[in-house]
Amino acid sequence: MKPIENRPVASESLTRSPERSTLTQPARTFIDVKNVWQEYGDQVVLERLNLTVNQGEFCTLVGASGCGKSTFLRLLLGQERASRGEILLDGQPLAAEPDSSRGVVFQRYSVFPHLSVLDNVAIGLELPRARLLGRLFGRAKREAREQAAAILHKVGLGHALDKYPSQLSGGMQQRLAIAQALIMKPRVLLLDEPFGALDPGIRKDMHGLLLELWQETGVTVFMVTHDLSEGFSLGTRLLVFDKTRIDPHAPGAFGARITYDIPLNSDRRAQRAAVAALPAHITGDLQSAL
Amino acid sequence: MRLINRHPDRAGRLVLVLLPFALLLFLYFSASASRLADNPGDKLLPSATQMAAAIDRLAFTEDKRSGNYLFWQDTGASLSRLGLGIGIAALLGLCLGIAAGILPLFRAPLSPLLTVLSMVPPLAILPILFIVFGLGELAKVMLIVIGITPVLARDLEQRAREIPQEILIKAQTLGASTWTLILRVVLPQLLPRLLIALRLVLGSAWLFLIAAEAIASTDGLGYRIFLVRRYMAMDVILPYVVWITLLAWLMDLGLRQLTRLCFPWYEGAKA
Repeated sequence: MKPIENRPVASESLTRSPERSTLTQPARTFIDVKNVWQEYGDQVVLERLNLTVNQGEFCTLVGASGCGKSTFLRLLLGQERASRGEILLDGQPLAAEPDSSRGVVFQRYSVFPHLSVLDNVAIGLELPRARLLGRLFGRAKREAREQAAAILHKVGLGHALDKYPSQLSGGMQQRLAIAQALIMKPRVLLLDEPFGALDPGIRKDMHGLLLELWQETGVTVFMVTHDLSEGFSLGTRLLVFDKTRIDPHAPGAFGARITYDIPLNSDRRAQRAAVAALPAHITGDLQSAL
Repeated sequence: MRLINRHPDRAGRLVLVLLPFALLLFLYFSASASRLADNPGDKLLPSATQMAAAIDRLAFTEDKRSGNYLFWQDTGASLSRLGLGIGIAALLGLCLGIAAGILPLFRAPLSPLLTVLSMVPPLAILPILFIVFGLGELAKVMLIVIGITPVLARDLEQRAREIPQEILIKAQTLGASTWTLILRVVLPQLLPRLLIALRLVLGSAWLFLIAAEAIASTDGLGYRIFLVRRYMAMDVILPYVVWITLLAWLMDLGLRQLTRLCFPWYEGAKA
């Protein structure tokens, strides 16, 4: 596993405006968040959110509890609809319900307790193909399981294919959840504090694994985290959510916005851009290897 | 040492388990013996030999009038009614529970309805069932179904709601439709809960069965008990009660073993 570089923040340019940092990047816009507001009744959670993200970026979302970063993730997932504004994925409005274009890993309850490790991943190949019964039979089933086993070996669960999730440690369960999400080859991977419940040592391993998978698949990642150092070390872009206006008499009157948008780990970003510049058949091979 | 910290050892536990049963049997048979010593014709507390004779008459001798072995005929009739009733109720309860627990559009009309329906005392509507379905098998099976379906449905609805939202969303990101999500994610997670719920309603199911058989039937364990009551035939009633208890206990045991056998993931996942 690759060691994680923890680059000092001071060496990065620190911009306050979200627009400026993205203008300097040559890749085309993949996700476009246009003036998004999210309100629950009187309570404004997010206000005037504008953001453009290019394909293959690794965005880490940080901020105080209750400042709307998980809400933003739910909007991206399609679990909730924005009260105002819209989110475009590749120029198209985002589907209003979760679908297979967006993978997700939650802090808990990400895997199916009633399926073995192997079936937890294979189900992702079965569900879209078998609309009637939700399961494959015969050769198709065998192939799905082989494919699932391959990705499980990759995330280090090759020895536990027949176990149930309850027999796995927390870190192993999250490895499983990541494998499960990636078998769908999603275009966007959403991580909601995926390592929040793990021990520091295990967390370090998971960071290495995640970066490795991100580099191989080229998936665009949004990761909510409470751990600021995790946000700095993993992302190619750090988004800080905060309230700019606070009315002490009405705490819900103003919502959070993205107050800092910090490009990070420029070497990794450059590496990613170089990969993106390669001919499609090479990058295609890289992706199908997973 | 405080009472709360004192545990019986293996042998001690076995003795403690058997003790109340042995005590009950001893009390019964000593009372029976003393009554029979006073009056050999006493029918209230029959002796073991009298009960054995009654069982031999009913279970191992052909009935002169019908040519059947009444005990086994009663058992078969009762068990088939019970099985049919519980089976239908389980299926209905599962469908209603999933619909109300997982699909918000179905929850709105179903959930309050089930709450109200489960408050209707089933025995109070037994006459209606006899009027509507006649005095045949259907009315008896329907009483069991009506009696336990709302309870099962409400329990399974609650269990279905307890499935974390994350699981349902994850399934959607894995390409599930509503139907395949129910089939592959919700249903398998609810089946062990269904077996547990069935164990809990088994007692009520027996209650409704015996009530229906007592009122309108020509065979069945409940019918026989209420029939021989007229002759104060305690030598038949008591073995029948013991037999019913044994059957109910075996069903409970079977359901528990089935849960362990079919859903090995369930025990660990609860924690």
